[in-house]
Amino acid sequence: MMAARFLRRSIPVLRQARCYADAPSGSSQMSFTFASPTQVYFKEASVKQVDVPTLTGAFGILPAHVPTLQVLRPGVVTVFNDDGSAAKFFVSSGSITVNADSSVQLLAEEAFPLDQLDVAAAKANLEKAQSEMASASDEAARAEAIVKALE
Amino acid sequence: SGQVRNMATLKDITIRLKSIKNIQKITKSMKMVAAAKYARAERQLKPARVYGNGAVALYEKAEIKAPEGVANKHLLIGVSSDRGLCGAVHSNVAKAIKAKIATLTGEGKEVMVVNVGDKLRNILQRTHSNYLLLSCKEVGRKPPTFTDASIVATELLNMGYEFDQGAVIYNRFRSVISYKTDEKPIFSIDTVANSENMGIYDDIDADVLRNYQEFALVNIIYFGLKESTTSEQSARMTAMDSASKNASEMIDKLTLTFNRTRQAVITKELIEIISGAAAL
Repeated sequence: MMAARFLRRSIPVLRQARCYADAPSGSSQMSFTFASPTQVYFKEASVKQVDVPTLTGAFGILPAHVPTLQVLRPGVVTVFNDDGSAAKFFVSSGSITVNADSSVQLLAEEAFPLDQLDVAAAKANLEKAQSEMASASDEAARAEAIVKALE
Repeated sequence: SGQVRNMATLKDITIRLKSIKNIQKITKSMKMVAAAKYARAERQLKPARVYGNGAVALYEKAEIKAPEGVANKHLLIGVSSDRGLCGAVHSNVAKAIKAKIATLTGEGKEVMVVNVGDKLRNILQRTHSNYLLLSCKEVGRKPPTFTDASIVATELLNMGYEFDQGAVIYNRFRSVISYKTDEKPIFSIDTVANSENMGIYDDIDADVLRNYQEFALVNIIYFGLKESTTSEQSARMTAMDSASKNASEMIDKLTLTFNRTRQAVITKELIEIISGAAAL
């Protein structure tokens, strides 16, 4: 808590001031919020790690990650809970914000837990989409691709 | 001075009574419909609130604000709907927008307004029509979706008005009987990029920031839409409820008048008969 206060005061010195990383400040836990417009999956929860697919590559976010803003790519988000279990979700697009106080907001335009996706239906949709030469594949097709990659 | 008001005849009172009873039926059913829509809107509001608060978290934690003293261009997005009979919902948003326009033009800043909902357009068009940038119709019939918010945001960005900062003005839902007009901030890409605290955020390139900002704009509009619908349906429920109560009061009073008039008519006829018989 004390360290966090020091960090906040020292921030508005220079724009883009980068120096050797300070000792991990703030809480040793991240406050993780993961929601879509219609459903909330995590609200200010404490988790160990979150893996996200972004436009600039896949990130693994741990507590005290450097603050950043990223835009999501269609893919799988993996959330590692404190007890070690992992939950996977498919997201279509969205944004992720990591703030200085180790709070992470993951906002997805559409998000589904992976076990809600039917692989057989997804495969059929993928073939249909490919045969129609759809360049922007629909979300079920992408889900199939990701699930295939995971298998 | 030839106006003489006759005492209402039984026929007049019967007609009035019938019409008020019909009105009461209508307001009662409108109240039920509004109650059902309100229940659904409130259910959908819970996740939307978490989502919306997540969207503005960056602005709050990084304390983003536009540079003071510079002639900023402002954008106000007022959220209401097309349908009336919901109390002061639309006029509250309009009042807030008019006050903000007055303050900003007093400071010499340029401001434009986007309104979502016909009712708001009607109110603003009378006095502030030259500030209206974009108007959206067909709002309020069905619950708002994320797609609706993204349509509004896309049209707004296509208009090409280069605003620096602004606000979404909506009615925040507090409880079934109360809501408050509130605003959430929006910023342009440049304002965010140049804000002093953004330096701590790692390695952000312009494309990512633009995508992020556009997504955030849609999120904030979506949040305003969801809160507004819930406030509107609860306000309509309350308004129709008091209308039904007023109608019941009027019915009671009129029924009493009807009975008194009926007794007066009977008494008059009796007197006529008796005095006629006495004359024989």
